[in-house]
Amino acid sequence: MTVDPNVITNAGIGLEPPKPLLGKKRAQEDYEVADQWKLMWWKFRKHRMAMIALPVIAVMYLLTMCCEFFSPTLPLERFKSHKDCPPTAIHLFHEGSFVGPYVLEKESGLDPVTYRRTFVDSGEIIKLGFFVKGSPYKLWNLIPTNIHFFGPQELGGEFFLMGTDSLGRDVFTRALYGGRVSLSFALVSIFFTFMIGLTLGGLSGYMGGLVDGLVQRTIDVIMSIPSIPLWMALAAALPKEMSSYTQYLLMCIIMSLIGWTGLARVVRGKILSVREEEFVTAARLSGATHKRVIFKHMIPMFMSYIIVSITGSIPATILGETALSFLGLGLQAPTISWGTLLQDCQTIEAIAQQPWKMFPAAFIVITVLMFNFAGDGLRDAADPYK
Amino acid sequence: MTAYIVKRVFKLIPLLLAISVVIFIIIQLPPGDYLTTYIIQQQSSGLEVNQSSIINMTKRYGLDKPVYQQYFYWMKGIVTQLDFGHSLQWSLPVKQLLSERLPATILIALLTLCVTWGLSIPVGIYSATHQYSVGDYFVIFIGFIGLAVPGFLLAMCAVYFIFVHTGTSLTGLFSAQYVNAAWSWGKVLDMLPRLGLVVFIVGLSQTAGLIRQMRAMLLDELQKQYVITARAKGLEEKKLLWKYPIRMAVNPMISTIGWILPGLISGEMVVSIILSMPTMGPVVRRALIAQDMYLAGSFLLIVSTLTVVGTLISDILLAVVDPRIRFGGVSE
Repeated sequence: MTVDPNVITNAGIGLEPPKPLLGKKRAQEDYEVADQWKLMWWKFRKHRMAMIALPVIAVMYLLTMCCEFFSPTLPLERFKSHKDCPPTAIHLFHEGSFVGPYVLEKESGLDPVTYRRTFVDSGEIIKLGFFVKGSPYKLWNLIPTNIHFFGPQELGGEFFLMGTDSLGRDVFTRALYGGRVSLSFALVSIFFTFMIGLTLGGLSGYMGGLVDGLVQRTIDVIMSIPSIPLWMALAAALPKEMSSYTQYLLMCIIMSLIGWTGLARVVRGKILSVREEEFVTAARLSGATHKRVIFKHMIPMFMSYIIVSITGSIPATILGETALSFLGLGLQAPTISWGTLLQDCQTIEAIAQQPWKMFPAAFIVITVLMFNFAGDGLRDAADPYK
Repeated sequence: MTAYIVKRVFKLIPLLLAISVVIFIIIQLPPGDYLTTYIIQQQSSGLEVNQSSIINMTKRYGLDKPVYQQYFYWMKGIVTQLDFGHSLQWSLPVKQLLSERLPATILIALLTLCVTWGLSIPVGIYSATHQYSVGDYFVIFIGFIGLAVPGFLLAMCAVYFIFVHTGTSLTGLFSAQYVNAAWSWGKVLDMLPRLGLVVFIVGLSQTAGLIRQMRAMLLDELQKQYVITARAKGLEEKKLLWKYPIRMAVNPMISTIGWILPGLISGEMVVSIILSMPTMGPVVRRALIAQDMYLAGSFLLIVSTLTVVGTLISDILLAVVDPRIRFGGVSE
């Protein structure tokens, strides 16, 4: 017996007429009992760009947080015969047949006219593979291994996805390691910003009076001084000799000492609007401490706004750090960040002759763009009852 | 109105004092005291240390006195004779350096402010009134790019493309033949594209932000009841738009003039460093790296003062355009 798909479908619908109705009712019920965070997530899901941005951000963090594993070489590993080598394109087909991913080996030579180093394909094939054995490293400084996610099958094969820098180091590898610093920098300094902004903004709104005046005037002062010169001045005042960890932490603190003002304003405004609510008076009358009233009763009321405000300031922090490091006043040379990587292209000659050194910039632009999209989605979702 | 302005001006004085204290603290932050650094600097550049100039400086800036007294000496110099201190690096009074470089910085910042405003208000209006049209999406796209691409990167790319396509390097405010020439039409024409490039790069991210703001505000207004009522009563669409929603939407933008200025100056600094403009940017960067703090601090002080004046102007402008503030109905 032949099965006619139309009949089946019709029969299916015919058999269960109440289904869509039931579904609708259930959706209505779901909506009514859903908590705030669930509603926010549903609203967020409708923002198409934000839904694209979320996985991209996740991939970016995964790649950079496990950069040892995902990078084909080590950040300080030098290929002495391949300085300023252009990116090697990945091929899949060789002479018409599929052979799997490979790159063509590049041979360096001198241009007879300009005496500039040039690279030509030597015709040799370097096969690539997944989970290959490469240079040994310690994952997160803990687990010693030599497995790399993707790279040349033979140890020491010259495979440069984004070319090499003037010392023969792989730009892609360094961009991943730099991303770890730049992206975690944003998170760490946002954490400090969050602590300062929440505490001072909360105190300012809750206590009012003298404290409020003091905090508000402090905010006025900080906001009147242009941020980049102020960052630069504070960064320049740091002692010159210190470990890269101390420097990283101090830079984070400097960023947050200047950046907390926006968040504090949001928190203060929100606290002022809920301070007079009855449940706050009730909590006070039942003997709750100030701290408890602020953190248990008031802050959960506007947590979503705080998250929106924070997501909004992540891209600004990333851009600030890279600009500062690029100018030589942020994180310094042994530390690899997207900003310090871009120091290689400060001259026109470098950009004109080795444009691939600009690749770290693409990472910055994509990350910032995606955070902006995600922030937009969050802002729309922050008020799910609208 | 006059009373309102006077009240505002008086409110600014404590703010300015607080800013000057913060900046003085920043000047004092680097390790080592000024005189020792000065003497080392002079010796390392092979100059004989002039004992009398040291005594002069000690006396002038109160360098042998406690720090809080030094602050008063510094402030006294600035207020009475516009003496901002002495630059270690240049061996020149800071005042002289500032008078050479600061006008260009301020010119660029103000020009950018005008262009930013001139562009973002009409484009924001267009975007909001043509929501979800091709033009609107294009504006949104440009806006996102403007927000995501850092100024220094944009400057680098611009210099590169102009260099590759025309072979000229658009760094500096003038080309070599005009740098030391007297002002002439040729010099002005030579300057215009370079000035335009800086203004474009510095302004892009600010414009992007303002367009988004203008668009969002106007969209909010357009949904309101009074717009529907006015439309229902047959008011011409153009008249309706300009008479009410736009005036409402422009208000928050006016109130942020003062806050845009520090952003523009920050952006201008970074871009000028890359385009090696004869403005404060490159000077301040070098001053900070060399910890030449009187120079850097004075720049911060002047720019912050300008910001405060900017907020004053925006408050006054707001009172002019918004009758509710003028008559004291709304305080914030």
